[in-house]
Amino acid sequence: MAKRTDIEKILIIGSGPIIIGQACEFDYSGTQAVRALKNEGYKVVLINSNPATIMTDPEIADATYIEPLTPEYVEMVIEKERPQALLPTLGGQTALNLAVALAEKGILKKWGVELIGAKLESIHKAEDRKLFKETMIKAGLDLPKSGIAYNLDEAQNIAKMLGFPLIIRPSFTLAGSGSSIVYSQDEFIEAATNALDSSPISEILIEESVLGWKEFELEVMRDVRDNCVVICSIENFDSMGVHTGDSITVAPIQTLTDKEYQLMRDMAFKCIRAIGVETGGSNIQFAVHPKTGRMVVIEMNPRVSRSSALASKATGFPIAKIAAKLAVGYTLDEIPNDITKKTPASFEPTIDYCVVKIPRFAFEKFSKTNQTLNSQMKSVGEVMAIGRTFKESLQKALRGLEIGRAGLGADGKDNQPTLEDIKQKLRIPNCDRVFYIRYAFQQGLSISEIAELSSVDPWFIQQLEEIFRFEQTLLKAPFPLSKENLLEAKRNGFSDKQIAYLKNEKELEIRKLRKSLNVLPTYKVVDTCAGEFPAMTPYFYSTYEEEDEGEVEEGQKVIILGGGPNRIGQGIEFDYCCVHAVMALHEAGFRTIMVNCNPETVSTDYDISDRLYFEPLTFEDVMHIVEKEKPLGLIVQFGGQTPLNLTLPLEKAGVKILGTSPDSIDISEDRMRFGKLLEGLEILHPAYGIAKTIQEAKNVAQNIGYPVIVRPSYVLGGRGMKVVYDEEMLNQYVLSQMDHYTKQLGDHPILIDRFLNSAKEVDVDALSDGEDVYIGGILEHIEEAGIHSGDSACILPPKNLSKNEIQAIVEITKKLARKLEVRGLLNIQFAIQDKKVYVLEVNPRASRTVPFISKATGIPIAKIAARLMIGQTLKELKGIYHFDLLNYDFLTLKHIAVKEAVLPWVKFPGTDALLSPEMKSTGEVMGLDFNFASAFLKSQVASGTPVPLQGTILCSLRDQDKRQALPIINEFIQAGFKVVATEGTYRYFKDSGLIVECVKKISEGRPHVVDLIKNRQVQMVVNTPSQSERAQTDGSQIRGAAIQFQVPIFTTLSALKALNESILEIIRQKYRPEVQSLQDYFQVKN
Amino acid sequence: MENLTLKSNKKAILLLESGKSYLGESFGAQVERCGEVVFNTSMTGYQEILTDPSYKGQIIVMTEPHIGNVGVNKEDIECDQIFAEGLIVREISPVVSNWRAVSSLPDFLKKRDLPAISGIDTRSLTKHLREAGVMRGIISTLDFDPKSLMNKAQKSSAMVGQDLVREVSSKEKYDWDLSEWRWEGQKELPQLESHVIVMDFGAKQNILRCLRERGCKVTVVPAKTSKDEILSLRPDGVMLSNGPGDPASVTYAIETIGELINSIGSSKKNMFPIFGICLGHQLLGLALGGKTFKLKFGHRGANHPVKDLVTGKIEITTQNHGFCVDIESLANKEVELTHINLNDQTLEGMKHKHLPIFSVQYHPESSAGPHDSRYLFDRFIHLIQQSKKDRT
Repeated sequence: MAKRTDIEKILIIGSGPIIIGQACEFDYSGTQAVRALKNEGYKVVLINSNPATIMTDPEIADATYIEPLTPEYVEMVIEKERPQALLPTLGGQTALNLAVALAEKGILKKWGVELIGAKLESIHKAEDRKLFKETMIKAGLDLPKSGIAYNLDEAQNIAKMLGFPLIIRPSFTLAGSGSSIVYSQDEFIEAATNALDSSPISEILIEESVLGWKEFELEVMRDVRDNCVVICSIENFDSMGVHTGDSITVAPIQTLTDKEYQLMRDMAFKCIRAIGVETGGSNIQFAVHPKTGRMVVIEMNPRVSRSSALASKATGFPIAKIAAKLAVGYTLDEIPNDITKKTPASFEPTIDYCVVKIPRFAFEKFSKTNQTLNSQMKSVGEVMAIGRTFKESLQKALRGLEIGRAGLGADGKDNQPTLEDIKQKLRIPNCDRVFYIRYAFQQGLSISEIAELSSVDPWFIQQLEEIFRFEQTLLKAPFPLSKENLLEAKRNGFSDKQIAYLKNEKELEIRKLRKSLNVLPTYKVVDTCAGEFPAMTPYFYSTYEEEDEGEVEEGQKVIILGGGPNRIGQGIEFDYCCVHAVMALHEAGFRTIMVNCNPETVSTDYDISDRLYFEPLTFEDVMHIVEKEKPLGLIVQFGGQTPLNLTLPLEKAGVKILGTSPDSIDISEDRMRFGKLLEGLEILHPAYGIAKTIQEAKNVAQNIGYPVIVRPSYVLGGRGMKVVYDEEMLNQYVLSQMDHYTKQLGDHPILIDRFLNSAKEVDVDALSDGEDVYIGGILEHIEEAGIHSGDSACILPPKNLSKNEIQAIVEITKKLARKLEVRGLLNIQFAIQDKKVYVLEVNPRASRTVPFISKATGIPIAKIAARLMIGQTLKELKGIYHFDLLNYDFLTLKHIAVKEAVLPWVKFPGTDALLSPEMKSTGEVMGLDFNFASAFLKSQVASGTPVPLQGTILCSLRDQDKRQALPIINEFIQAGFKVVATEGTYRYFKDSGLIVECVKKISEGRPHVVDLIKNRQVQMVVNTPSQSERAQTDGSQIRGAAIQFQVPIFTTLSALKALNESILEIIRQKYRPEVQSLQDYFQVKN
Repeated sequence: MENLTLKSNKKAILLLESGKSYLGESFGAQVERCGEVVFNTSMTGYQEILTDPSYKGQIIVMTEPHIGNVGVNKEDIECDQIFAEGLIVREISPVVSNWRAVSSLPDFLKKRDLPAISGIDTRSLTKHLREAGVMRGIISTLDFDPKSLMNKAQKSSAMVGQDLVREVSSKEKYDWDLSEWRWEGQKELPQLESHVIVMDFGAKQNILRCLRERGCKVTVVPAKTSKDEILSLRPDGVMLSNGPGDPASVTYAIETIGELINSIGSSKKNMFPIFGICLGHQLLGLALGGKTFKLKFGHRGANHPVKDLVTGKIEITTQNHGFCVDIESLANKEVELTHINLNDQTLEGMKHKHLPIFSVQYHPESSAGPHDSRYLFDRFIHLIQQSKKDRT
């Protein structure tokens, strides 16, 4: 079979904004697939609403649409581009659901678009619980016993039949959203109701519990000739009951015999054949009873997934790329194995190392939510580590996780939990369980006791016990340690930090000792074939063995440090910047070396850099690579806070940091030095102070005057940031900070700034070579200062700034860039209050807004920045990337770009859906059009907020907002909207002459305000919270209901104002949405 | 070479003919053995691999680092005796975790007097064997003197020219009556419909299981059984099993196979199919006039892609062979090529142009490994039924 020639143009749908359960792994897969198809000579059309993706870079696809992912917009793209085929398997559940909608609405038929990769019928069979079950039974596969219900009555009948505990899963939802495990009748009714609500077709599966069973996954591929292969087998450390996205997972499978594994492999092939996935990859999950070996199929995803991205990184087999080629008709034997070049892709990778993935959670940002892990995914990122053994990989993964741990404990960060605590934490799945297993050893629990409590396989527990036992050996060994002990420590994955802690020494002393004894890592290649064939691909991991395969190549090298695991505040945007840096430096003739440990990213695709080290981003691991490769220097400014935190130690160790000097970075991070700098330049800034004790905090706040904004020093994403209105709140805050950290404030003083009420906030990203300055863009925030810039909607070019204000912003930016001798990127946050321009923050590094600005303006500022960092000047670079040094491209744009944040409220029940100075969004979308109204509308639609052009608005406002809200609400009424309001708001509007209806508060009987939302009698909710935030009032219940029932909600007047403007304009001007590709916006042709 | 650290005092050493040596921790018997050092890339199935008689004369390196995790059980054995000479792994599991396990791997090895080393850089060893080719080596827990070890290794017999079949083949004829392992237990065995004689060159039991559960009465006969003895058992089909060593040295078997071919070719009345696996395939190739040669480092693992030249389908196969039938040598012979290895284009399967005789270089019975090639047993049964019809 050769590739199909009856297709010329293929449409690919991206996965949209980063949300929990759907992160940058789909940018990795999508980018690979688009490139593969282009290489085969196809024209590729791409639609994705997420601007922070590599796949939406204009040079990747032939026509790139940054448009909302809804059937309406996709149809517009289809109408314009007329693709013959749609490949729906690369954009996660979003793309798959969208493809189903397009097919069912007849849109694909209408325009003659063929679904390739997965047919509609197959998608239904895999996604629809009932069909899946029928299909599996027909294929002779065993499943957990179950029943399907469409209403509560049916659900209860099934529950009676099966008995508790039960698992409830709604059909067609993302990342197990709405799923739950119930143990009793009481819980059951609530859970079943929720699940019925969250399924778009009101269908739920109620299932025999397989809690505590061993969980496995196979990544399978199939081609048109029905050749099937397993790319990777994965075993979950956490047993059934914890979403696989939230489990620690291990590749390959460790606790199955060949007989059992082959049985599973047979079942997987039966499954993919029965579902009818003609070509491409699928992920199939199994549960195995630990005592009887009974094996059941749990679910299958007929598309590339988070697990397939992990499998690709774990084995070196690029699943998405191969899936794309299979979709256009190639067979596996016609595609060469990328890594060996000489052998075909029709084989099963075999690996000679152990891979461990650990999820990264962000519970600290959603403290009110229940942290028990269950079948609904809650993690926001993940780290992967490769080592020769599980012990080594596990400890590498733990130190790469960016939670302040240096491995499996023994790092000075351990707690002293009671035996009861330990047992509790072992029993109930939670994100710290692996550490509690170690505490259990300390308390003398046996392996079988721990296995009994936790349902973790004894093999894994034994491995942890060996780590713990070796920790004891190290404790007892005399210092300086022997070479044997050091080597054994390293082979067990211990970091220098852990060894230092155990021996009461400094990390650098351990390093010195190790070097003197020649205990150094060796680097091995990830080659898909366990060394059977020579590998051509430079993809390395460290271990402590005899032979080092990482022969150092000649050339001028630059190491780029990636961002580590995704978390809120540090995500795909930074990986985007890293990838751009790699590309730019490669283009400039340098050999690029990438270091990162996040398997979801494009940066860890071995095709991106000249050499990839899949390693934790710690001082120790990075130094080893630096010493081996001897690069010209390191780029730490693109990967967010993770690499930035390494700047000072690396510099101290004599490593050359490229670009802006570490000292300048320090000035901008150090509140005192920064304050002095601004004062010296006569730049306005809010009054500020630093406090190390409660008393100091009170004094500082007193001097500055309330409200103040408080935060711990050295954080990203506004972690722990808060607006404080009085001394009592301040007191509470300081206490909570002490609790969070080391029970004292000494090491982590609190920064206190004057809070600028009702100020406009502005973000600037600029480039500088120390001399010239290029302003990449000025982003005007829609939300006022006090809401984290990452959570705020933004407009580019700015809309409500005066010429003078823009001038002032430009001047200040230039002044600061020169003073800080910036070489590369510079991000500044401004606040404008009463026409005065204040500087809030300066970051001489890549910011979260860089990809957005690049997409909106067509100028790849991260690429230019990378070249500035290696010493080129803006004048020299002019012309290379089409930017005009003297005119700021963003001011001459004919179009408008609006960024909107996407928030994960729905995943964290119990958390109030409120914006604050602490960032909570997981992703962003972009609305792009020629007028503000349409661009804003698109940004809302793309972020999942269906903007109503008519209907009823529910208002519940705090007192100080009522006056300002009046004209806005009035305009809505004039435009034909109906308004209902809660008591106080109602009275104020009515007294002001508006025609509004009153709705009962919850305490006033039914139907009350929440009923209105539940019954979807309102199309939009406006609720601004009172300052105190202490009262769990109607407000939080209104917000909770709006989130749960997916009614658009606005919690700030500024956002409401923007929406109002946009809606009225659309109604008045009769704007109809249109789509245009980036290539057309910027007049570039590929 | 620098010594790596040891967790205990129980040391073991591996020394290769090339002069390279690896020091590790012993987890098997306290003995010394010589053998050809070969690597296997299968991630599962160490118990099946260890008990595969084809490893006679060989020391096995597993590329999968964690070995021993699932212990050993009663069912997953290919031969009641271990013929391999030693086992080399990166990390031996101190515990056993599997619902079927009855013993740990170290205990299993100690009982069978087999040396084993853990804690060495198996990847570097594998790459060395890939680059330099497989070679003789010695594994010892008793002698750590490189000179003396080298002496012993060089004195041990080389693989080329060795008939190892006579050391592993059963001494007596016997019948087999078990099916393949299944989760739900023994399959109810079908009625006996045909009689298959398995020439035991070191047969894996799973070949017998695959035949038995397809309705064959399975009679295993020693390798040196003559044509007449075989014919006297009134076979409906003959299976040429896998086995160890250099095929060219097993002259008696090549002769017998040649005679069997002549016999079934002589008249329809004498017709029955012959199916060769691995060494059986090589011996068949030699009997048909082909030649065999030694591969640099062999094929040993469970992920080798083989293409069926008739259907175009690809099967992922289990392989374990150091020798190979030379495709060129089969030109002008009564042979058609049926299967090819996609990694290195070597011969994987062939059939006789006119007679119901076919063979594969890989292991359709897998164990350890994928089940993709079981259809070959069905093909064999089909041929048996056909020739039965032809005979009557």
